[in-house]
Amino acid sequence: MNEIRVTSADKFDIRDWLRTELMPHFMCPGCGHGIALRALLWACHELGIDKDKLAIVSGIGCSGRTGAYIDANTFHTTHGRPLAFATGLKLARPDLTVIVITGDGDSLAIGGNHLIHACRRNLDITCMMLNNEVYGMTGGQVSPTTSAQRYTTTTPAGNMEPVFDACRLAEGAGASFVGREATLQIPTLKDLLKEAIAHEGFSFVEVISDCTEIFGRKNALGSSPEMVLKQKKVMIPERSDNRIAQPFRPNPFPTGVFVRQERPEYGAAYRQMCERVQKGGKGR
Amino acid sequence: MNAHAGKNAPVLRNIQGNAACALGAIAAGCRFYAGYPITPSSEIAEKMAAELPKVGGTFIQMEDEIGSMAATIGASLGGVKAMTATSGPGFSLKQENLGYAAITETPCVIVNVMRGGPSTGMPTRPAQGDIMQARWGTHGDHPVIVLAPHTVREIYEETIRAFNLAEALRVPVVVLFDEIIGHLVETVELAQPAPEELTERKWATGPREEYLPYAAEEDMIPAMARPGDGYRAHTTGLTHDERGFPTQDPQKVTAFMDRLLGKLERHHDLIERNELVDTDDADVLILAIGTPARAAKSAIRELRAEGVKAGLFRPVTLWPFPAEAFRAVATGKKAVIVPEMNMGQLVLEAEQLAPEGVAIRGLNRYDGEAITPAMIVKAVKENVA
Ligand SMILES: Cc1ncc(C[n+]2csc(CCOP(=O)(O)OP(=O)(O)O)c2C)c(N)n1
Ligand code: SF4
Ligand SMILES: [Mg+2]
Repeated sequence: MNEIRVTSADKFDIRDWLRTELMPHFMCPGCGHGIALRALLWACHELGIDKDKLAIVSGIGCSGRTGAYIDANTFHTTHGRPLAFATGLKLARPDLTVIVITGDGDSLAIGGNHLIHACRRNLDITCMMLNNEVYGMTGGQVSPTTSAQRYTTTTPAGNMEPVFDACRLAEGAGASFVGREATLQIPTLKDLLKEAIAHEGFSFVEVISDCTEIFGRKNALGSSPEMVLKQKKVMIPERSDNRIAQPFRPNPFPTGVFVRQERPEYGAAYRQMCERVQKGGKGR
Repeated sequence: MNAHAGKNAPVLRNIQGNAACALGAIAAGCRFYAGYPITPSSEIAEKMAAELPKVGGTFIQMEDEIGSMAATIGASLGGVKAMTATSGPGFSLKQENLGYAAITETPCVIVNVMRGGPSTGMPTRPAQGDIMQARWGTHGDHPVIVLAPHTVREIYEETIRAFNLAEALRVPVVVLFDEIIGHLVETVELAQPAPEELTERKWATGPREEYLPYAAEEDMIPAMARPGDGYRAHTTGLTHDERGFPTQDPQKVTAFMDRLLGKLERHHDLIERNELVDTDDADVLILAIGTPARAAKSAIRELRAEGVKAGLFRPVTLWPFPAEAFRAVATGKKAVIVPEMNMGQLVLEAEQLAPEGVAIRGLNRYDGEAITPAMIVKAVKENVA
């Protein structure tokens, strides 16, 4: 049988997932973080996640502030540390779905150490990193992902530092699921996040977001749609059939799923060891 | 069958201070430990790594002390009693998230086995250089309780009490002792506390619509929402209102800070614990914690044998400092001697609280060696005349 059934209960209404009493939110008009938030909640909805069992752990930054709007168990932690908080939470409460929301500065600069070890450990946590190439919350300073030559408040002559490729970093550190998508294609981003959350183990998803108000303005990148369309020009969709190399464009970035690997989930492995110890073994 | 045999029967054993700390934590119901190796505290982590799996708990060695403090708080937010242990350099790194535990009112226990500082200092030598850091280490006005045991048995008991206070008052509790006591082996009785001697935090019950995560009744302690219980609460290190959401409303901020700090004042009787040795008739009082307090006890015996009346005031709960009790005991004494293995920290508290006419004398050692009874005997004799 091949039929598609849609009931109104299945329909995604973002208001079911938001703390609407906190509206209006703080984000600037056109900020990509809001789109990412929508995609994330849509993914949770389609996965049938119970809000009561959903834990959102976020860091500090505009990215981290988005967590508070989600109608779930939300933990807004310290700058760079959400993965470390999430590690304790997930180990203590394996029954919770734990999703981390972090920024490029939060996860790659101050929190870089926690990120690589979370990738290596492979606890069942999904990390959504909102990469807007800048420190949005603090007013637009350079970040580890700021493209070459871009102007920020701390690179008045244009950025001279090389960028971090977060997905390759996550892959190298051992993340068992790694993917990247831009906010341009919300359903594609939603599907990627769905797969990441459903994946058993540590999932790292980089969302190419945009800080229209601060980064976009400073670099004359135009309105939010214009910025996103510029992103599209340098995207190399790994999953699409018409994959083409675009060497003539600066900083092209591939999108799609880069790593999809079955590896023992750390929490489950640890609990099995405990059972062996309790039965009188050495746990080995 | 022996009348004392059974689950709660005390067991006599030779045990090291650090191991007693780990066993105290487990006895208190600690089921999560996150740490990072550092001398002279590593035995605590090693013991927890071996013991926690037996009781269905979780041990994790994190990538650093910032991460271990974060993971400890994360586990506690999940509803599990959690602890971390470290020494000076790691204690510095834990300060960031210790502040997060304070403002979010997340119960947790942080052990600091003190070594010589500053910086890497003297990793294997004892010191008491973190007395002030334990109170003021993280930024901003914040509540913290610091317990300072001076024997192996007391490490066990105070670690249990640390968990009880953390749970009861939703506050980070530091257990502070020096390397000598951490590595000291004593023959002790480690009694398993009865269930009623263990405190569990107040969990939110009742309808979600009526629940305010940071609203408190007369006891000033809000009920905590356990993830999964349906409250879907928000926790943030930003200054928050009763709903748990960020606020900068001056009135709400003032009310929040007053309660955050005020709750320790409100539960003063539960927190304070002092030991008074021969203080009533003493001419000279000694104020000390940890190893110098042990030395003081021998010194007092020696001095009294020679007819010199000395006494000891030992705050077992170091912070909040027992100001009134100290003043009461110190009043009328000729002098208060403050022996400490640092360049003068506890003495500042004594100076600030000194009753009229009572001389305050610091006695300091910061060469990585212990304060000896002889040093205290000498100092008392110099001040008794
Ligand atoms: C320890 C610490 N250092 C610095 C800050 C200030 N700070 C707040 S947000 C932020 C950068 C956030 O950038 P990113 O993670 O990229 O998030 P975005 O705002 O761009 O989403 C910084 C440096 C802080 N809160 N804590
Ligand atoms: S400052 Fe930038 S990142 Fe922050 S909300 Fe505004 S547009 Fe978004
Ligand atoms: Mg950013």
